[in-house]
Amino acid sequence: MRGTMRKYPPKPDRVYFFGTCLIDMVYPEAGMAAIRLIQREGVEVIFPSEQSCCGQPAYNSGFPDEARRVAEKQMEIFQEPYPIVVPSGSCAGMMRHHYPRLFDNGASRSRVEAFSERIFELTEFLVHVLNIKLEDRGEPVTVTWHSSCHAAREMGVIEESKSLIRQLKRVTLVELENEDQCCGFGGTFAVKQPEISEAMVEDKIDDIQKTGAAQVLSGDCGCLMNITGAMEHRKIPISGLHLAEFIWERING
Amino acid sequence: MDNKGATTHFDFKANVRKALKNSQLRSNLKFAMGSMRAKRRVVFSDPEAFEALRVRGSAIRRRALLKLPELLERLEEKCTENGISVHWAETTDQANRIALGIIKDHNAVRVVKGKSMVSEEMHLNHFLAEHGIESLETDLGEFIIQLDGETPSHIIVPAIHKNRQEIGRTFHDKIPGTPYTEVVEELNAIARKTLRRKFYEGEVGLSGVNMAVAETGTLCLVENEGNGRMCTTVPPVHIAVMGIEKVVEKLADVPPLVRLLIGSATGQLITTYVNMITSPRRPGEKDGPTEIHLILLDNCRSSILSDPELRQTLQCIRCGTCLNHCPVYTRIGGHAYGFIYPGPIGKILTPQMEGLEKAGAIATASTLCNACEEVCPVKIPIPNLIRRIRDESYDPEGSVPGHGFKRTLAESVVWKGWELVNRHRVLNAASTRLAGIFGPILPRIGPLNAWTRTRTRPAFAKKSLHDMAREEGIKND
Repeated sequence: MRGTMRKYPPKPDRVYFFGTCLIDMVYPEAGMAAIRLIQREGVEVIFPSEQSCCGQPAYNSGFPDEARRVAEKQMEIFQEPYPIVVPSGSCAGMMRHHYPRLFDNGASRSRVEAFSERIFELTEFLVHVLNIKLEDRGEPVTVTWHSSCHAAREMGVIEESKSLIRQLKRVTLVELENEDQCCGFGGTFAVKQPEISEAMVEDKIDDIQKTGAAQVLSGDCGCLMNITGAMEHRKIPISGLHLAEFIWERING
Repeated sequence: MDNKGATTHFDFKANVRKALKNSQLRSNLKFAMGSMRAKRRVVFSDPEAFEALRVRGSAIRRRALLKLPELLERLEEKCTENGISVHWAETTDQANRIALGIIKDHNAVRVVKGKSMVSEEMHLNHFLAEHGIESLETDLGEFIIQLDGETPSHIIVPAIHKNRQEIGRTFHDKIPGTPYTEVVEELNAIARKTLRRKFYEGEVGLSGVNMAVAETGTLCLVENEGNGRMCTTVPPVHIAVMGIEKVVEKLADVPPLVRLLIGSATGQLITTYVNMITSPRRPGEKDGPTEIHLILLDNCRSSILSDPELRQTLQCIRCGTCLNHCPVYTRIGGHAYGFIYPGPIGKILTPQMEGLEKAGAIATASTLCNACEEVCPVKIPIPNLIRRIRDESYDPEGSVPGHGFKRTLAESVVWKGWELVNRHRVLNAASTRLAGIFGPILPRIGPLNAWTRTRTRPAFAKKSLHDMAREEGIKND
């Protein structure tokens, strides 16, 4: 499933932006920052207003028919052949790797595959397609990076995400001890198995505290909501931010 | 299945709570799983070579499953030619009765046993005890948990939930005349001394099978303690039990699979013992059993085989590495899963064997993080199969036993509503706005209650990304 062998297209004139439902409702600033980062490279961004959710919540919860109809709607909306940039490894993984499975029985397989081919996680798009160069204007800060499982194992974009942080000269990145371990979010898992989820996020928070970082960054808002929600609950003064928002703040001083 | 005394009522949530509260268990697991992962990383340090080997291993297992009926027939034919008696069992009860029959034919009362998950599936020890036969586990881990009356908590390292202090106490309490010690070498010596005598007294040896070769009728068994070799060579009768999926086509299929199995299971290049058993003692030979019996157990495997997607469950070679890498298993341990096979493989295998009503709950205990799929030596798409088990739980038209048991009007309505909100722009905008307004004052019940046990509630934005994009004049079609 990893995207390590992926061939990237040349820089396009315009892209679609799929904001994800969680960013739409809880983290809109992260979505705007991602849009601005793409626009800054001279690429037009189209944000179709009928877009909603990739379908993953139902897909992972035993309701594939409902997921399929929501996925079908997204494919209808993003119909021009532009690349589709997604500021989440998990939603991108769903659209890139799971849509073909979801529509496995239909005659529309080639259409679905063509759609999935156009899906790019934000940081891989910034690095490989836009070849973005970042100039750090912020104060010195120490951060740590939490990789979502799907960004790591489905999209294979962790090095891309970290390479963006490393471009920022006054940011010190201290990596997590068990970076490859899940934070315990897992969508509906967090509410279906709250005790196990809690045990997982507690271990993650311990690792985050050990880094001495002032901020934890991630490319996935599901993980962020889980980790920062649990840190706030425990009154731990470490904030969390989506990588796009962090970068946008740094390069604009 | 009258002997499944262990599975009366299964309350997964209660098991999870109990496991998470046990701080000794959590620290034992954290330490043990971390060291097993580290050992494995060393043997598979070259990702490209590992991937190539995995592709090979997966292809071998897929090919074997595609030809399974044919390969099993050939295996029976070859084994029979070699002098191994082959027995077929559709259910665990039949398998138990076949084993008992063989033991009784020899008027035996003492069985020495090597490690076998299929025998656990059969609850064989319990069954034999009911018939007055002593069945002694000789694998060190199995020996320890048998003393404590427990079941394995891990496929490869059955006593992994215990540390050496706990084992020292068990030996002191359960083996007469044993002083307490927590020195590993001394603990090993105690077990060795106790078991050595038992090997000579054993009238029947019983073992599992890691893989059987159809081409040659060879039973392969890998192990590190030598107890497997003792069980299969010292007693005059050897009974091997095996799930029907464990057959491979050719002798040449064995080396790559053994390499994958051992590297994944224990992080070794090769185990101390690799037993390849092809016949009983031949005339003129000085050792080995005079009789070998192979019991082939189905126990739902044929029906799993008939579904092309679920069939992939049967590719498993029981290395246990998915357990070691699972963020859920490493926190709750194997006993919480309630049945024989824990961890990611258990989440897909157990519901298919036991039915969804009984065991479907364990499939909810996954974040679908894909760690299991990433390390599986035969490339089983475990997360997708977990999704399939979840689908089956709600699907009245499904095919796994117990399908549709979870379907309730309330949950169906919730997901239908979710679908409508995500297909209609106006509903979507309205619900996002409502979340922004009512999010902070929603009552803490249901999912929100579960979420806020340990986290602050999500802060829904007053202005959505849709609103912001419109205000910024971002093109919208």
